Amino acid sequence: MKKSIVSLKEVSFQYDDQERYALNNVTFDIFEGEWLAIVGHNGSGKSTMAKLLNGLQFPKSGEITVCGLPLNEETIWDIRKQLGMVFQNPDNQFVGTTVQDDVAFGLENMGVPRIEMVHRVEDALKKVKMDQFLYQEPHHLSGGQKQRVAIAGVLALRPAIIILDEATSMLDPRGREEVLATVRDLKAEKQLTVISITHDLDEAAKADRIIVMNKGEVYREGTPEEIFSLDEELIELGLDIPFSVKMTKAFRQMGLTFTKNYLSEEELVTELWTSRLNL
Amino acid sequence: MDISLKSVEYRYQANTPFERLAISDVSIDIPSGTYLALIGHTGSGKSTVLQHLNALLQPTEGTVLIGSQEIKAHQKNKNLKAVRQKVGIVFQFPEHQLFEETVEKDIIFGPMNFGVSESEAKRRARVALKQVGLGEEILEKSPFDLSGGQMRRVAIAGVLAMGPDVIVLDEPTAGLDPRGRKEIMDMFYSLHKERGLSTILVTHSMEDAARYADQIVIMQQGRVAKKGTPEEIFSETAELIQMGLDVPEVVRFQLKLEEKLGSKLDKIYLSIEELSAAVSERLKRGVRS
Amino acid sequence: MMEKMIFGRYVPADSVIHKMDPRSKLIIIFFFVCVIFLANNGVTYALIGIYTFLMLGFSKIPIRFLYGGLKPIIWLVLFTFILQLFFTKGGSLIFHWGPVKIYEEGLKMGIFISLRFFFLILMTSLLTLTTTPIEITDGLETLLNPLKKVRFPVHEMALMMSISLRFIPTLMQETDKIMKAQIARGVEFASGPLKERIKAVIPLLIPLFVSSFKRAEELAVAMEARGYRGGEGRTKYRQLSWAAADTVQIVLLVVLTILLVLLRS
Repeated sequence: MKKSIVSLKEVSFQYDDQERYALNNVTFDIFEGEWLAIVGHNGSGKSTMAKLLNGLQFPKSGEITVCGLPLNEETIWDIRKQLGMVFQNPDNQFVGTTVQDDVAFGLENMGVPRIEMVHRVEDALKKVKMDQFLYQEPHHLSGGQKQRVAIAGVLALRPAIIILDEATSMLDPRGREEVLATVRDLKAEKQLTVISITHDLDEAAKADRIIVMNKGEVYREGTPEEIFSLDEELIELGLDIPFSVKMTKAFRQMGLTFTKNYLSEEELVTELWTSRLNL
Repeated sequence: MDISLKSVEYRYQANTPFERLAISDVSIDIPSGTYLALIGHTGSGKSTVLQHLNALLQPTEGTVLIGSQEIKAHQKNKNLKAVRQKVGIVFQFPEHQLFEETVEKDIIFGPMNFGVSESEAKRRARVALKQVGLGEEILEKSPFDLSGGQMRRVAIAGVLAMGPDVIVLDEPTAGLDPRGRKEIMDMFYSLHKERGLSTILVTHSMEDAARYADQIVIMQQGRVAKKGTPEEIFSETAELIQMGLDVPEVVRFQLKLEEKLGSKLDKIYLSIEELSAAVSERLKRGVRS
Repeated sequence: MMEKMIFGRYVPADSVIHKMDPRSKLIIIFFFVCVIFLANNGVTYALIGIYTFLMLGFSKIPIRFLYGGLKPIIWLVLFTFILQLFFTKGGSLIFHWGPVKIYEEGLKMGIFISLRFFFLILMTSLLTLTTTPIEITDGLETLLNPLKKVRFPVHEMALMMSISLRFIPTLMQETDKIMKAQIARGVEFASGPLKERIKAVIPLLIPLFVSSFKRAEELAVAMEARGYRGGEGRTKYRQLSWAAADTVQIVLLVVLTILLVLLRS
């Protein structure tokens, strides 16, 4: 039985200056140790979700529970210790004047004694392979490196959950891969729960589960394979489908038959190879 | 309008202790009507090259020819404004350059700086707004009340309204969702086709380079590492991979398939449709023989 | 011009002065500024001069670099000198040419006051040249700590300073980017009449303001998400360490003060 670590019950939210609900009656669970991708086009409500989970905004109605605690003004600081966030813009979340100061920022806030801080900062930076850059200033780092420092800042607090709020959308392909590889390694090592809010479908394809948001509502929920079989529907929602699914589709139009949608190119290649033998 | 870079070198903060060589011996020809993709890692010198295309930077060695205007190293170059009107640049995150009270005022700002009359600029603003897929009803709105995607389109309209012959795009789709990306790229492609606008796209996306460009230049460590048509460039994938660059997904797929099948297809295919046709043809023929 | 300017710049080097605790450097500068007014004759000014150049020597900052950087300020010193020279009356008249009269007292005051000005500039430059801005912030925060008792927001002030320092390079890059984008749209920043140039700054300033506000907002959100809730109960990662050298330096300044008091006329 999968254990729920975050649960949303009938959550609705509206920004003060807007008529439309940014989130409308949203209910779902996030399970311990999973990688959940929340996808949707810009304005689908996925970013509002991140703000609610972290208590930066409170729902108009409904209930959010994180690690067994109901999220409200009293529990918020305890919940933030359990839930680390990496934001979109690498520059606008870098508080410290150097790499090590930035990682230490969260620890200082928690009142961790200095001796332990030094140890935790070093440890966290090693995990994201930035321990060579302790004294570096942010403007000498690439976007991907800054995001890795942000991840280290989160890790140092030893949270149970890490939320990537479009954390790779401003990076070049190399930076994106750097960041995702780092999170993948960490998740495997620490049994973290990862919530990645994204519109990068190749990133979502590697998640355990996907939630598709549209117009502030949960449009569909399922495994990547289930979600990508929605095909044209996803494109109508302003999203895209992974390359291997597109390729499979093109082959179908050429008269080849397949039993399923392949989420990896390797699977599709193998299938083509076998079908050649069977034709 | 033809643009050509001849053995261009650029040093930042030349003759100071902070001097840094950004590009050297860069020669690129961009004949009128070309769609050229400029590819390279962050720091490869591609954004330095970009800034030479409308004389934002002037070479420390070599010559840049923009139309009939020659911009040479070691001399004071005049009349740069005329060049800048003809070469429009859409910078990365162009929405950051918006500043006027209304969308209309912001779009006519560029044209009017170049001496276009107000009535003509306003006419152009309407045309440009339509080109970027926005309605006239937003003309009187403040650009800061728009969504991020709309702001970007307004900024692009501001560059189009200058009436450039050449348009330079620096990662124009960064940060957009898949639909927004496709719409913007398709829009620039149709402008290129319909109005014969020379287009220079600076990008990380091999997919876009393969899909839209007819010439590709690859920059590495401040030099031109490779240039050619997409077919030529992507036929030699080993080199690209060695440079740490991606190849388009279609090409990557074809390579994997060829490896598995143990034989090569007749050429490199750059679109899903062409590749699937060629592969299924091959598979069917394979059965008969 | 800007590249040569050294006022407020940090120059890394491995020197005794660089290694000093920012607190001791701040204390020394503060007292130096007071003590310098004790000097009132040749001997005492010579003493201050020896002390200043001794510190400069310890700092290993190349003299040529200092000279290049202080050139614009030397004009200011000269100006002070000339002002004193012509407008101070007293003592015997030593030069007379038409309406221009120079008195002995004027010459003396001119030399003394411009020297005082010069030494002050050298010492304060020395502070910024050998101490990173963030160290100065840390030093100030610790030194001002007692003021917390009277509700002075020491922590907030220090945090504000360090965040400003952190974002200066980012804003410089941003300014450069927006300037280029507007030049590409036909703006001319560097030419034309003054009125036009002032107008040209608007397309630069407004985007900068807008983006700075956005940055500030996002930064505030990120800080809150990382558990920032004011200075209460916070620990500090950056640590200052007072070494023997710091005490020696303080003693040196005390000795200087005593000598000045004894030797002044």
